[in-house]
Amino acid sequence: MSIQEFFAMGGYAFYVWTSYGLTLIVLLANIIIPIVQRNQFFRQSLKQKR
Amino acid sequence: MPWLVVIFLLLTAAGLYGGLYLAPPDYQQGDSYRIIYIHVPSAWMSLFIYMVMAIAGAIGLIWRIKLAEIVAISSAPIGASFTFIALVTGSLWGKPMWGTWWVWDARLTSELILLFLYLGVIGLYGAIDDKRVASKAVAILALVGVVNIPIIHYSVEWWNTLHQGPTVTKMDKPSIHVSMLIPLLLMALSFNVYYLIALIQRARVELLERERTAQWVKNRVSERKQ
Repeated sequence: MSIQEFFAMGGYAFYVWTSYGLTLIVLLANIIIPIVQRNQFFRQSLKQKR
Repeated sequence: MPWLVVIFLLLTAAGLYGGLYLAPPDYQQGDSYRIIYIHVPSAWMSLFIYMVMAIAGAIGLIWRIKLAEIVAISSAPIGASFTFIALVTGSLWGKPMWGTWWVWDARLTSELILLFLYLGVIGLYGAIDDKRVASKAVAILALVGVVNIPIIHYSVEWWNTLHQGPTVTKMDKPSIHVSMLIPLLLMALSFNVYYLIALIQRARVELLERERTAQWVKNRVSERKQ
């Protein structure tokens, strides 16, 4: 199987890769959001201290 | 944590390699069926996380254990995410196979209600300032919503519409070939490990926010300053 064939997904490329791409975005967001919130928490707490 | 991430990446790599490359195309659905490797594990996770949330909520409600409350509310956005993924990938799979993005079929509708339950839990928790009171309210909502779980599970058997019946969880013999089944189970495992990672991430922030007046959090903040 060639690389082009692999990415073509037998003509279903749009449906398959949109599914996988969206999943990747949502799963990444669930990891990144808590990190951002954590940093925000420390930034705000430091501000209140001053 | 780092070793959890390593396990997650290994499982995902193996699952995707098996599912997208090694497994043959479906004899009816061609390559479109490959959406199964995220659709089905996501749908399983959407139910599993809901049960964890409801049980943790109940434990928090009965024994007033703070950790259980934190596990319950931290699970909600992750469960909502998996429900969203299950719905969207199902839609993207339904379009080429059924010819429609959406039908008001029992399985799809009950899964959509599950998404609303998750969003309700998140909204309710955010609306109440006292987080101990909020946890109580959320636990009750989550427990009431548990009735939806068997409905989702049995919907394909009770109402025979567009969504196909179970192929894996049939007790006698799964009607799915082993070359497709192994990557599917690997992805299911990988999503479980992912849930654990995401849960720990969320729970840590939730704990900090709740205990903002505690001495250990203040120490943590001053450590950050230097």
